[in-house]
Amino acid sequence: MMLDNSEGYVTDDGRKIGAVVMEMKNITLRFGGVVAIKDISFDIREGEIRAIIGPNGAGKSSMLNVISGFYVPQEGEVWFHGAKRPQMRPFEVAQQGIARTFQNIALFEGMSVLDNVMTGRLSFMKTNILQQALWKGKAEAEENENREAVEKIIDFLEIQHIRKTPVSRLPYGLKKRVELARALAAEPKLLLLDEPMAGMNVEEKEDMSRFILDVNDEFGTTIALIEHDMGVVMDLSDRVVVMDYGRKIGDGTPDEVRNNQEVIDAYLGVSHD
Amino acid sequence: MGRRKRLAQTQSGAEGMVSLPALLHRNATQFGNVPAYREKEFGIWQCWTWAEAAAEIRAIALGFLELGIEKGDHIAVIGRNRPAHYWSMVAAQMVGAVPVPLYQDSVAEEMAYVLEHCGAKYVVCGDQEQVDKVVEIQENLHQVKHILYTDKRGMRKYDHAQMNALDDIKAEGSAGHARFDAELDKRIGALTYDDTCVMLYTSGTTGKPKGVVLSNRNVIESAKNSAEFDHLTRNEDILSYLPMAWVGDFIFSIGQAYWCGFCVNCPESADTMMTDLREIGPTYFFAPPRVFETQLTNVMIRMEDAGKLKQRMFHHFMAHAKKVGGQLLDGKPVGFGDRVKYALGNMLVYGPLKDTLGYGRFRVGYTAGEAIGPEIFDFYRSLGINLKQLYGQTEATVFITVQPDGEVRADTVGVPAPDVELKIDETGEIHYRSPGVFVEYFKNPDSTASTKDAEGWVATGDAGFIEESSGHLRIIDRAKDVGKMADGSMFAPKYVENKLKFYPDILEVVLFGNGKDRCVAFINIDLTAVGNWAERNNVAYGSYQELTAHPQVLETIKSHVEEVNKSVAADEMLSGCQVHRFVVLHKELDADDGEMTRTRKVRRGFVEEKFSDIIAALYDGSETVSTTTEVTYEDGRKGSISATLKIVDAPVVAAVQHKVAAE
Repeated sequence: MMLDNSEGYVTDDGRKIGAVVMEMKNITLRFGGVVAIKDISFDIREGEIRAIIGPNGAGKSSMLNVISGFYVPQEGEVWFHGAKRPQMRPFEVAQQGIARTFQNIALFEGMSVLDNVMTGRLSFMKTNILQQALWKGKAEAEENENREAVEKIIDFLEIQHIRKTPVSRLPYGLKKRVELARALAAEPKLLLLDEPMAGMNVEEKEDMSRFILDVNDEFGTTIALIEHDMGVVMDLSDRVVVMDYGRKIGDGTPDEVRNNQEVIDAYLGVSHD
Repeated sequence: MGRRKRLAQTQSGAEGMVSLPALLHRNATQFGNVPAYREKEFGIWQCWTWAEAAAEIRAIALGFLELGIEKGDHIAVIGRNRPAHYWSMVAAQMVGAVPVPLYQDSVAEEMAYVLEHCGAKYVVCGDQEQVDKVVEIQENLHQVKHILYTDKRGMRKYDHAQMNALDDIKAEGSAGHARFDAELDKRIGALTYDDTCVMLYTSGTTGKPKGVVLSNRNVIESAKNSAEFDHLTRNEDILSYLPMAWVGDFIFSIGQAYWCGFCVNCPESADTMMTDLREIGPTYFFAPPRVFETQLTNVMIRMEDAGKLKQRMFHHFMAHAKKVGGQLLDGKPVGFGDRVKYALGNMLVYGPLKDTLGYGRFRVGYTAGEAIGPEIFDFYRSLGINLKQLYGQTEATVFITVQPDGEVRADTVGVPAPDVELKIDETGEIHYRSPGVFVEYFKNPDSTASTKDAEGWVATGDAGFIEESSGHLRIIDRAKDVGKMADGSMFAPKYVENKLKFYPDILEVVLFGNGKDRCVAFINIDLTAVGNWAERNNVAYGSYQELTAHPQVLETIKSHVEEVNKSVAADEMLSGCQVHRFVVLHKELDADDGEMTRTRKVRRGFVEEKFSDIIAALYDGSETVSTTTEVTYEDGRKGSISATLKIVDAPVVAAVQHKVAAE
């Protein structure tokens, strides 16, 4: 694998990774006196699967929230598609083509899977409330169009059998998949996954890994993910950022990171004698 | 049908139709705008008329010609029930090739044997998973020239030198039709009534699978006879969800569908089958007993969660249905009052229930493959669902005996199907002869000779007898499984196993005792039923294994065994088959571990060998047995589980004094 080439690189399995889509420059994020992120810089390239890992409390989720625009760092700049990103409201972030899933599932529990995934299409709906209520012409056509897009995602993630099931009745692993479906419904260019495998058994993890790879492969979606499970991260990602106590202690391919002494120390601990 | 007429058909086929492509042509020209296939995709039922289907199939056949497929080549089809897979099979016939549908859940090594045996040079795969298996097999086999796949997902990164999407082949075929039209028509025209129509591998409870060669004659005659028997018309709707490699699916979804011209509906995925069943509401339906059992279990579980009023209404009217429903269906006389009450019940309970199950339009349907519990069978019939039984084999192109309307019972399998001759030999084994009798086992003349004699009689391997009062056939067991106990009385394991399996808690039973002085049994609990019971009674369990060892579970199973022993004791011929001791197994018997066939029949010999330590413990009087068992996961990896099983002694009834024959 070649790195540090502004034109991108080619992965071991032959995928072409493009130019930088998002760049974090010297990000520092503080909550009062607590420094969550300290002077971190890294980039995300088009079409790659980029992982952020680190022990508990390392600042991974904060970092993801900075990427998604939910937190605004006190210092540093976020560059997106070659322009410095201003402070944005959540729907503006969504319109830019960024979608995410949450560590603690955030679905509408009482609604069916189909309706939940349909909410992911919100930014594609242009008709107003009155048109929707009358259900004439434009509103109906729009619903059909969006339903079709949603059905393709349902098919892709193999959740046809629970299409009409209320989310509250689903097991955890399937809820995670529904959340991914909703994020995909927004047709994101950059997909942020916050611990997509947390709390899953081995089989569910394998399924989820396959879906993440397939999303990246089929739709060319750039994916940034946070994950605890080292095995999964190393198998999935093209490049990995390692954080510890808010600092970046490693950045590179899974192999480089695995052999980085500082990373090993952070994960396994250092003897004090 | 007289022999003269049968001979007259030799040249021309049934009504001049000698092949499935010929039937397709007839359907497409005579009623081209009638639905032929439906498949639910992206949440909507997509539909193809006979004319559209014929065009699709022709395009695939043209693509096959472009690939260079020769007459006599074998084309394996591995995938779930989808129109494209059925079309590939008929397209294969068009170009003179032989379609070989395979079980899609076979692991690579099982598939390797079949692929090598039939020498398939071309394989149609449903998805990436199947392609991966074929690619893995190809590493050692080097015989497959080209792989085609229907679902493009995940396929982009593969080396496409010997691989294509079926859609792309179809498009190429259509584009090049000017070059291939003449050749294709020539090949379709050259098909005869005795050409091979399809080759189906029997899963076989012993030994390697055998390739059963069925001719156009076998398939078309069987389809025609059975369709006439049940008055099937062009207006039927069926749901195709059973494995495509199974002869039943081939006859229902291709043979009868093409003969009658009815519509084949394919579910969205395996998991949505029940929802799709309800949406389609088939008029003609086929399912193994297991499907009916599962549905009934689900109904009962859901009724337990229903409100008091609904529960009372359900039980009240179901009791009435049990009394008169079956008689009404058989056209027997029923009093006016009972009829009125049944009609009311139909409005309040039966109708809505049938609708929920997907049987609202059910006109005729069959269950076969295994014995069905009498309570289950009667439950459906009492609702007015015309469920019947048949007895068949791959070698017979399904039909050996069928139950005519009005003569339906849970304990028989009916009278000989049209054109079928039946005889029972001195050992009790059933033999038959019919136009559906297979041509041969592929590349296996020895087996062919030992199964089919010179006059065309086929040995079924099943023991049975014809009931004198009704002329119906009753099956006792597999002929080779019927044995003798040490005291010389008859050992027929299936008889006892089925009685036990009729309890919803029990999924599978294997009885041992051939040559021994008493019988012992392995039992598998049904996780759905027992798990539900555990939930309602606050019984905590961490795993399947833990649940199987729960004292209350063992107690319940013991009570079932006790009841069955009582009923077995009442049968003087089989009273020796009572279960003296049993264990509840710590794992489900599984086809992936070789313990069952892909059609879910227990491989008795294999199980006996694999669990020989447990059997020994059952006979030597120990109270527990510790064992380690190898298991295969779905992805082919192997692991092992260890457990200590408790052996339970079941009460037996002293055998009824054997009547002393006049000596």
